This record gives sequence, C-alpha cells and structure tokens, in this order.
Amino acid sequence: MSADRNKTIDPVTGVATTGHEWDGIRELNMPLPRWWLWIFYATIIWSIGYWILYPAWPLVTTYTDGLLNWNSRQAIMDDMAALKAQRAAMVDRIQSSTLEEILSDQQMLSFARAQGRAAFADNCAPCHGAGGGGAKGYPNLVDDDWLWGGKLEDIAFTIRHGIRSTDEQTRSGTMPAFGRDKMLERPDILAAADYVRSLSNLAVAKTADLDRGKKVFAENCAACHGETGKGNSELGAPDLTDPIWLFGPARDTIIEGISNGRGSVMPTWRARLDDTTIKSLTVYVHSLGGGQK
Amino acid sequence: MVQISLDRKITAQPKEQVLTQELEPEVDIPLYEGRRKIYPQRVKGTYRTIKWIVLFVTLGIYYGLPFVRWDRGPHAPDQAVLIDLANGRLYFFFIEIWPQEVYYLTGLLVIAALVLFLMNAIAGRVWCGYLCPQTVWTDLFLAVERFFEGDRRDRMLADAGPWTLQRSIRKAGKHFVWIMIAWWTGGAWVLYFADAPTLVRELATGTAPMAAYVWIGILTTTTYLLAGHMREQVCIYMCPWPRIQAALTDEHAFNVTYRYDRGEPRGSIKKNAQLRLEGLPAGDCIDCFQCVNVCPTGVDIRKGSQLDCIQCGLCIDACDTVMRKIGRPERLIAYDNEINIKRRLAGLPAVFKPVRARTALYTAVIAIVGGFMLYTLATRHSVALSVIHDRNPIFVTLADGGIRNGYNLRIINKNLAPREFSLSLEGLPSSVVEIVGLPIGARRVIEIGPDQTQEIRVLVSNYEHAPAASTPIVFQIVDTKTNERAQARDYFRAPQKD
Repeated sequence: MSADRNKTIDPVTGVATTGHEWDGIRELNMPLPRWWLWIFYATIIWSIGYWILYPAWPLVTTYTDGLLNWNSRQAIMDDMAALKAQRAAMVDRIQSSTLEEILSDQQMLSFARAQGRAAFADNCAPCHGAGGGGAKGYPNLVDDDWLWGGKLEDIAFTIRHGIRSTDEQTRSGTMPAFGRDKMLERPDILAAADYVRSLSNLAVAKTADLDRGKKVFAENCAACHGETGKGNSELGAPDLTDPIWLFGPARDTIIEGISNGRGSVMPTWRARLDDTTIKSLTVYVHSLGGGQK
Repeated sequence: MVQISLDRKITAQPKEQVLTQELEPEVDIPLYEGRRKIYPQRVKGTYRTIKWIVLFVTLGIYYGLPFVRWDRGPHAPDQAVLIDLANGRLYFFFIEIWPQEVYYLTGLLVIAALVLFLMNAIAGRVWCGYLCPQTVWTDLFLAVERFFEGDRRDRMLADAGPWTLQRSIRKAGKHFVWIMIAWWTGGAWVLYFADAPTLVRELATGTAPMAAYVWIGILTTTTYLLAGHMREQVCIYMCPWPRIQAALTDEHAFNVTYRYDRGEPRGSIKKNAQLRLEGLPAGDCIDCFQCVNVCPTGVDIRKGSQLDCIQCGLCIDACDTVMRKIGRPERLIAYDNEINIKRRLAGLPAVFKPVRARTALYTAVIAIVGGFMLYTLATRHSVALSVIHDRNPIFVTLADGGIRNGYNLRIINKNLAPREFSLSLEGLPSSVVEIVGLPIGARRVIEIGPDQTQEIRVLVSNYEHAPAASTPIVFQIVDTKTNERAQARDYFRAPQKD
C-alpha cells in the first residue's frame, strides 16, 4: 500500500495500482480483505492470552507455568486416575477373590480375560507369541503340557517368581550339560537320545543301541525325568513320552540338549506387575486352553 | 492481480490500438462480479401455501421429534428417536439398530438418493424449492426479515438510505430473532443424541456435556450464516445438486417454465390489447417483473430454465395474481416443459408422460431396496453369533496326541430381557467341546443380560477321528426357552498329513 500521490488507476480493471512498476508491468493494489486482517490480529491477541494462561515459554531450567496451572502430563494423569476409578469396583472384586472364584464368575472372567489379554500382549507376547503359541524353546501356553504345572496356583507362582530368575523363590531346575561337562561319553549320549525318541514312539535307526540308551537313561536321567520318562513338574523336568517338545523332537536337537543342557530363563513379574494384573494374567493364560483343574 | 499495460503500444501505433480495441472484450467489465443483494417480494398463491405447509410440517418434525416418548421397558431409553452414540444404539420408534446393522443407514441413503432422482425426473429441482433444509430455513428467515424490515420496497429504500435509529432497531431485531432461531436449531439437533428432557434441563442449568455446547455453537453459526446471509448463494455456488441434476434431467420433467408461446411478444396492457383488436400477435406477458421480484434466487424465469432456479413456483403465484388482475388466463408461468411449448406452437396437443423408462426404473429400484430393507428388518433375529478362530496357534497338539482348536465366540442378545442359550457344535463328531469358565461336563448354557453381548472362549478337542487339515464346522446357539437359534461357520484345523 503506497501513499495516495503514487496511485494511478489501471484503465482495464479500474483498480488503483501500488505505484510499483517492473518492465511495464504494474501491480494492482488488492489488499487483504478487512475481515481477514482483523481475524489475523485477533489470533495474535489470542496467542498472547494463551502464553499467559498455559505453559508456554521455556526458561533456563523450567518454563512458564501459566495461570490456569494446566499441563498435558497432569491431564494424562487425571485421565488415568479417572480410568482407574471407573475400573475400581471390578479390580477390588478381583483383588478379594481367589483365582477359582474369578474363573467361575462370568463377569469377573470377562474382565480378567480382557485385562490379562492386554497385560499378556505387553509383557509375555515377545517370547510366548501373541496368542501364547510359543516358539522353539519358549513354551506353548495353549496346549495341555506344563513344565511347572498348569493349575491356577502353579501358573500364578511361575508368573510371580519366574524361572531361573533373580527372585528368591524362583523356580529352578537345571538340565546338566552331560557332554560339555564330560559326564557322559559321546556314544552314551547318542544311545540316550535314541532311547528318548523311542519313548515317544518316534522312529529310530535300526542300528540304534536302545539297551545301552535305556541303561544310560536309568542312571543319569531318571532322577529328574522319572523311571518311565514321564517328567516331574516339581523340577520342571519335561515329560519325554508325549508328542509335545519344547525344543523339538529331532535327534540332533535332543543330542544338543543332553550335551549342553538347557536352562531358559523367565523373569519374575511381581516387581513389574501389580497383584490384580498377575491374577488376571493367570486366568487369561489358564483360559488359553492348557489350564488344568 | 497483475495487468499488462498496453500504454506503449497505444502511443506508438495508433492503428494497432484500434485493432486491439476491437479484439479486446468490453474492457470496463470487472472479472469478478460482486453479489447483487436480492430482495424477494411477498407473494400469495397456491405454491406459497404449499411451501408454508411444508415448512410448518418439516420444522415441526425437526423441533418436536426429540420429545416424543416411546416406552421400551426398563432396559432401554424411552425416547422415540435417539442416536445413542455412547452405547452404540440407534432407536427409531419400534426399531433398534445395532452398530453392525449400520447398513440400514446405507440403504436409507441409497433410497434417499433415488427418491431425489425420481423427484427430479418428475418435477425437476422440486426438492430444492420445497423440502431442502436450506430453502425451508431461508424461507423462515425471510419471513422474519419481512416482519421487521417490511416488504421488498421498504427494505430496498431503507438499505439505500442512511442509517437511522429506526433502521438500526429493525435490523437488530431481525438479527436477534435469526440468532434465536439458529440457536434453537442447534439445540434441537443435540437433543437427538441424548435424553431430550434431561438434556434441556442440563442445558438450562449449565451442566450439559461440552460436546452439546460445541455442537449447538457450530449449528447456530452455520444456520445463521447459511439461512440468514448466504441464502441463494448456497444453492447457486455451494450445492452440487444443480450440477448433478442438470445431467440427470430429461425433456419430460416438469420445470417451472415461462410459456413463451403465450407470453411473447411482450408489451404493455394497452398496446397488447390494441394489437389483439387488430388481429395482430400479442403476448400475455406485460413485462411487470413480478416474477423476478418474488424470486428468492433472483432469476428471470422468462430467460428459460437455468441453474439458479430452485423450482419453488413463487413466480407462478406472482404471475397468476397479475393475470387475474388483467383478466387473462392464469399459468402463463407454470410447471411445464419445453416439448409441450413446441407442440402447442405446432398445433399439437400437449403430452404428459409421468411413466417412462427413467421413472419406472427409479421406482423399481426404490421398491427393491426398500423391500429388501423391510424384509431384513422384519425377519432379523434377536440373537446373533460370531466366531473368531485362534490365529496363533491355529491348533495345538495335546499330550495324548489329540488336536485342539480355540475359538472366541460372541453372542448377541438384542432382546430387552436376559436370556439363556445352549451351545452345540456340528460337523465334527466325537469331539470334546469345552466353554472356559464352565466345569467340564456341565450343560453348555450361557446367560446373557438384556441388550448385551457376551464373549465366551470355546475349546474344541478331537481325539478319535483323525480330522482332515481343515474340517468345516458349525456352532449353534439355541434359546433354551423360545428355541430361537443362530449359527456361525468356521473350520477345525489340524496338521497337514504327509
């Protein structure tokens, strides 16, 4: 916008020009609409009000708080508290109920399964899979085979204290490294592996020395896995006669296990999760399909 | 905006200047034409009466419907029409729509579009002239404007004159009433989303939810701006319908038409009377501009059909009034079409074909869609079952060699009373079906509260038969009292056999 004396009227449009000219091209004076400008000014004033009322300016170590004393972190905390309050009634019921009571009450079961599903996805799924299907070396939680027992109390204990974890009450049981620690000769290990496969009715080579394997098994393995190889959930020793394998039924895998031992770790969760969450998680895992009565 | 100057050429070569001027269009016309304010004049007549009736009925429904009660028993709201977003339910008198039945809304939209097409095939933009909310509210706002500021002439004179105290008071009164109407329009809108009497009480005491105030604010603003200030600009520039309509119309549709076969040549009453006496051609149109003055979109209908015309028929009423006064037959402007004008000019009788391929097709499709919706509505079940198969893992091998699949079943009870369902499985004999939470061997009966859904986890184990990699199965739930049932199909998966 220029001073009045510079204004010339453009003959074609009848609009005043700004007085600027470049190579014979002149610029029409078409200012922003008044209402637009006023809204622009209003937003500037608005922003100043915003600085005063809300957290805005960074200072050296802190920031301006704003007169309303509002901040987004507190807003989240309030929302979380409101959510907690909304769930409080059910959480209290879960807290004061036994695991069996939760399982047999449809309302509590639905709530526990929903809460358990969320906790499972956050904490357990990385190892046990999104649906609890497990992976090689990570137990499947959906079938009916359990290393440490599949009753509600067993599952809860395992979650709370972990396996070979840092917890004082942790479950611990070790498969020794018979090969690495020179406890067994190589031919004994091979024979034991063949014998273990035969326990599950898996095919073994005709040349396999099952008698020698049986003898090795009785002397070295039966202490934990039982005379008949049925396992022992007190020690976390797997049943070797069923078709379910933690690391797989391949001969090489079994030889590897006997030679170097096994000792997977599950962390203790009681420090990370509160009691009702662990209860919900227990019920959820139990309801995946493997839960024992 | 930048304009190339022609100065140099003009001074240097006068001959070319003449040439340039001839080639250039009228240089005085600005590229943008500002809005000409329209001052529609009051009119009386058949179509105006129809418009008033439509206005009262439609606005009456809009403002009154939230307060109609409908007793549904203790487990559901007793408002006849309610969109319950929080609980995902839509109530319309005896119909209750669940979120998964939102296709009824799709059906309604399809029918609405087809009805619009059908109306268009019969009488052009008749929707625009009578039923469109923009027209209805604009009509109401114009009536308010007329009440405060007088008719066309008074308003034009006042607007052309200086600001007087009286003019200020009248304008202020008009805007106040406009905003009150707009406010109540927004207010009525939110009443469809919550219990109306409760929400009115909350609004009055300032304890209503924030969303209610925000929506009232938005709708108050839009109503005030669209119906009060933008009026015909909405129809001409914002609304897509006139463009679509132009592509859908045909020569048989009745449009508000100036019968130029009767009206032309125009002339004054005296001149045309004289011409008639002499046996010379003389039209009925006396160029009084009443049809233009009453038009809410500022159209001169005598220029033929045009995009701006919303087919409201007020020009017909205006012209009829004039025709009666000058003793000529009515309906110089009427709902008519171009072919009939041509036929009359050629001495042929007029043709009216309301039933033609286009209208028959629209009607048939409306009937099919509507019939299908009614059928599904009448036969829909009050119970539904859906099933999700476990994906990870798809199946598990059990310690004893059996195969087990897990499923999450969701049972929907649409009745407003609690019910009991028993679950059974078909397609996989000699399998064990277990519902998590129920003791094994117990009767597989699930209780579900009124108007609720319940998710249950079902484990199916198969021992005896070695099932195929994929066996189709059917879950069935049966109401233990009424025998009403619902089914859901899925598959039982097992390891692929080599």
